[in-house]
Order: sequence, then structure tokens, then C-alpha cells
Amino acid sequence: MWYINPDSGGQAAVAKNCSTGDYAITTQVLPQDASQQRIQLARRLAAHDSGIDLMSIDPPYTAEFANAGFLAPIPQDLQDAIKNGGGDSDGPPQAFGGAVDAATWDGKLVAFPFWSNTQVLWYRKSFVQKAGLDMSKPVTWDQIIDAAAKNGGRIGVQANKYEGYVVWINALISGAGGSIIEDAEKGVDAKITISSDAGTAAAGIIRKLAHSPAAPPDLSVSNEGTAGSTFGSPAGSFLVNWTYIFHNYDQTEPDVAKDIGYTMYPQTVQGKDARPPYGGIGIGVSKYSGHVDEAMKAAACITNADNQGVNAEMTGNMPSSAAGYAYPALAKIYPADLLKLFQDSVEAAAPRSVTPYWSDISSAIQSTWHPPISVDASTPKDSASFIDDVLHGKRLL
Amino acid sequence: MTTTVATPQTRATRRAPASDRSTAENRLGQRLVAPAVLLMLLVTAWPMIQALYLSLFRYRLTTPDDREFIGLGNYLTVLGDGLFWKVTLNTVIIMVVTVAVELVIGFAFAMVMHRIVFARGVMRTSILIPYGIITVVSAFAWQFTFSINNGWVNSWFAWLPWIGTDTNWYGGHWSAMFAIMVSEIWKTTPFMSLLLLAGLSQVSEDMLEAAQVDGATWWQRLWKVILPNMRAAIMVAVLFRALDAFRIFDNIYIMTKGAQNTQSSSFLTYRQVIEQFQLGMGSALSVLLFLTVLLLAFLIVRLFRVDLAQARGEG
Repeated sequence: MWYINPDSGGQAAVAKNCSTGDYAITTQVLPQDASQQRIQLARRLAAHDSGIDLMSIDPPYTAEFANAGFLAPIPQDLQDAIKNGGGDSDGPPQAFGGAVDAATWDGKLVAFPFWSNTQVLWYRKSFVQKAGLDMSKPVTWDQIIDAAAKNGGRIGVQANKYEGYVVWINALISGAGGSIIEDAEKGVDAKITISSDAGTAAAGIIRKLAHSPAAPPDLSVSNEGTAGSTFGSPAGSFLVNWTYIFHNYDQTEPDVAKDIGYTMYPQTVQGKDARPPYGGIGIGVSKYSGHVDEAMKAAACITNADNQGVNAEMTGNMPSSAAGYAYPALAKIYPADLLKLFQDSVEAAAPRSVTPYWSDISSAIQSTWHPPISVDASTPKDSASFIDDVLHGKRLL
Repeated sequence: MTTTVATPQTRATRRAPASDRSTAENRLGQRLVAPAVLLMLLVTAWPMIQALYLSLFRYRLTTPDDREFIGLGNYLTVLGDGLFWKVTLNTVIIMVVTVAVELVIGFAFAMVMHRIVFARGVMRTSILIPYGIITVVSAFAWQFTFSINNGWVNSWFAWLPWIGTDTNWYGGHWSAMFAIMVSEIWKTTPFMSLLLLAGLSQVSEDMLEAAQVDGATWWQRLWKVILPNMRAAIMVAVLFRALDAFRIFDNIYIMTKGAQNTQSSSFLTYRQVIEQFQLGMGSALSVLLFLTVLLLAFLIVRLFRVDLAQARGEG
């Protein structure tokens, strides 16, 4: 039994591919929202539910699950095969370095990287032509906000009070060379570094967009879906969003689909390389499963390069390895330069800190940075002390 | 049920000392109800004691090894935290406003249901429909109603100066609270009117006719005859609704997820226990929530001198 996040059938197809004469993999769909997926899985695992064998886990919660002892340890030979290739299949490595980092806790790989998502900057070609912005060079947030504001465009971002907003904040801070926390392996005693020049730069960009005419009216409740609608509307100009958005408009708004351009995630600071958001799914095997050995085999099959490709073709969630990108069907539905951009973006991506306390840190950031209109120069400092208090049980969240 | 239980007791006290037979009967009775009492204790008292016990620990489901006894530490953290008081204030505002509005509208509906001559069944049923709808469903309906993308509120009321087609109801504290309260009022007014209708039908027609003969106007009859005579019913309705409203959760969960400072006490408790797996802190909060509801019930009963027995028609 494999618990999956909702998608358009990719994981179900992979489950079918990996079912053998010995076992059949069936899928069960988890809630839409990543935090709700975490809640359902964690509650059942805490109760030692043997009905879960395999599960699709969002990277920020992998460490929490591993630390709580919910995940069965992955045999060393499988770990090596994922990282370096070889093993039974004698194939190439099955994960990018970033994907491995995001699935590693306490020095061990605890989940099988399955797909790796990243955000790029999508733009409407007609709009940048009107605005006269050169998209062949890296652009900054300042540039796109100004260009959109001057030309009546609206920028699609994710700024509702949810995980997606923290994804944006994390990318902005990382792009300025900072981080939200350091020494994450120390758990509650990690060093909180959100109050820094990088944090201030990030707050400045959010503040600028929130107060600009380029902000969509639903900014404070925007998510991936509403940002996609903003981009598809006549005021659509720029959008930061995950890879799957590329084929979002094919059926509904073919004109928009033809007008989509893409480039690297915007820079926080001029001249400093952007650190785009990293997302994805890793496959974890439950320690309480009655079939750990079979589940390990199944997980290895699910996450092999071919199945990463099968899933990517159907869902638009990109493979977590270069070998997965080589899946032939992908080249037919995505332009070569876009596939290259996705891979470059994953390589440059800044994953959210790997800590068992991520959900606390994330919620604390959401409490202090939401709504976007309230963000100002003191926000990073306030959030730093708030995160610290929350981690030590001194404040309610 | 109350009367059958009460009768043998009064008889027993009158006939002292009790005969062997009645003692034996009492014992048998006690033995017969014992399984039910045990079951009740198991499903209600045990979880409550468990919560009380857990609230004394720092305990998190995902870091089970860090469980630590901290006495009243969780309570001190909660009571010393601004968020707790902010959330409590929110809950009180929601309770007071919704109950007050519901009382007025509910009374009007009760009058309609009471007086209506034609299509009585249809009218009563249609007034009760919202109460029959599951709260989560009605919350979704209202969430879409006020939504900036596909709601009808913005386009219907765009002629009002402070509403435009791009008004983001969930973008500000008060507008979000307004949306939540509207959905709560819509959903539970029928319950209020049902309770009030029961009170209304207890007011004797003779008294109303006598008042009319004495020359009392409609307004005077309402204030001097009807309302004083259904005071008990009104107070019961207020009590039930106030306690219910204080525990508001579904609408907030669906409509704002607590954003824009719209959390209620129940929602805060949910977030600690379910979202953050903070069993200790969450238990402390739920104990506090329970005490608050108890206090509220006590205050309302005391302040308004509600006699529950009288409301049931036993007084």
C-alpha cells in the first residue's frame, strides 16, 4: 500500500509498472495540502499503523519522520546505488546531489528521491516585449516588479499563510546568500540566522511587491493555483511557479500557452546567482510495515530512472536524476532548453533546512511574515526571536 | 427519565429505615446500571483525565524521547502568551456578535413559524434547512461566496462604496471575521428560532387576548406579555448557542485557516495538538477551553437566573 500525494495519475502508473508476481502495489491518495499529508502520515505512524508500506514524503518533513523513527533504514547497498549508481541495475546515479541532501538525515539516506521539482521564472513573451526587458540575461526581483508595475502587469507568487509562502521567503533569503537556520542537526538549539542582511533583503522585496501596483489583489491568499490564474489573465506578466505549470494552459487558454517564456528564478541581489526553491517527493518505507523487504524493493523500482521519467511525462513533476531526464518521451513534450533550465535550476536550488522542527519553524515564519503587506525591515528580527521562543516552548504558535 | 429515577429515592427517604427488600432492590438496581456507568466513565472521564495528565508534560509525538514532566509549565506558557488572549478575545467577539444577531433574527423567524397560517410545513422546513446542512459544507459555500475569484458578494454589492470587484474579504482581520460570522449566523439561526418557537408556543393565548381587550398595542403585548413569559426559553437558547459559538471551529478552518488573526480557541487547540503534535501544550489548552466553557455556562445560568427545569416545563 503506497500513500501518494494527489497527482494526475503518474504515481498510479508507476505502481502498476512495479507490481510483480510477488506483490501488487496499490495507491491511496493523501490530502492535497503538504502539511495535511504530513499530519495524516505522522499520526498514523505514531500509532504504529501497519497499513502503510510506502509513502510519498515532501522533503521538508523527511527529517522529522526519520528523527521520530518512523522510517525503516534503507540498506547500505541501495543507498550507494542511489547516490553513485551501480548496484543490481548497474545504472547511473539515481538522484542529483541536491535531491540526496534533501533526503538525508543524520548522515544516512532515509528516503528514495523520486521527483525533484524546482521553480523557474515564467513570463509572457508579449509582456516583456512591451516592457522592453531583456530576458536573455538574469533578471532581479526589483527589475520584474518595476517592469510589471509600469506596464500594468501583475506578478504571480505564493503568499498565502502556508508552506508555499515560506518556500518563496527561503528562496529570497538564500538568493541573497543567507539562510533561515544554521546547524540544523542541533534540533531546537539550531542557530537562527533569518535576521541578517539577507533576511532584510528578502523582506524588502516582499514589501516592495506588496505595496506595488504589480501585486495581485489576492496576494495575501495566493497559492500555486491562483498565481497560475493571475498569470493566465490579461494582466499576467511574470510568475514564479513549479515545473508543471508549463502545460497548464494547453487546453484552457492556448493563446497563453504559446506566449509563455521561461528563464532562471529572479535574483534577490543584482549579480548574485539566484537560489530557486526546491521541492519534490521522496519515497519512504514505514518501519511499521509488515512487508519492509518487499517495500524496499518496490521503492527502488518506483524511483528508478525510467519510472521517474514515466511519472514526469504524466504529471510534469520532473525526475530527480539526470538519468530520469534522459527518458525519451520528455524531449517530445518539453523543449530541450526548458529541460536544461529545469536541471540547472535543480542544481542551483536551495532546499529548505533539513531539520525535524521544520514545521514549527515554517509556521513561526508564516505567523510573523504574513500578510505580505505587513512585512517591513523589522520582520526578520521579530521572526528570529519568535522562532527561537517557539522552538523552546516559550511561545504558542 | 428524571421523574422515574427521582420517585424511588423520595420514597426511600420517607420510609426510614429501609426494608430489606428495598435495600436489595437498590443494590440490584445499582448492579444493573454499573456496566453503563463504567462505559460512560471509560469514554468520557478517562480521556479527560488523560488530557489533564498529558498537560503536565512537554511531549511531542514526533520526538517521543524528549518527554519531560514540567508541572504547570504549559499553563504558564499559555496564560503568559499574547496569542492566547488574542484568540480568546476573537472567540468572545464571535460569540457575542453571532448570538446577539441570531437572537433577533431567530425571534423574527420564530414569530413567522408560530403565526403563519398557510403553507406552515413548507415554511417551517425551509427555515430549518440551513441547520440541517453540515457545517463544513456550509463553510465551503460561504467561502466561495466571499471569494475574490468566484464569489457573488463582490459583484452583487459592488454598488456599495467600500466594496469593489477586487475586495479581498479574507485579506483583512475584520472583513474575514465578518465573513466567518455571517456564515455562522446563517447556519445556526434556525436552531435559535427552533428553541424560541418552543418558548413562544408556551405563551398562553388567553393572556394575549386579555391584554388586547385591555387595549395593549402589538408592541406592548410583545414586550410586556410575550417576552417575559418566554424568558426561560430565551435564556436556554442563549446559553446553548453561546456555548456552541464559543467552540467555533469548522468555519474558521475552511474559510481562513486562522489567517489574519481569525483563530478561535478551538482552532488554536487543534493547531497545537493535530498540526504540531504538541500533546502536552495542546492538552493544557483543551483543559483551559473546557474550564472556560464551564465558567461561561455558570455565569450565564447565574447572571440570568435560568431555571433549566422550568424551561423543560417541569417547574
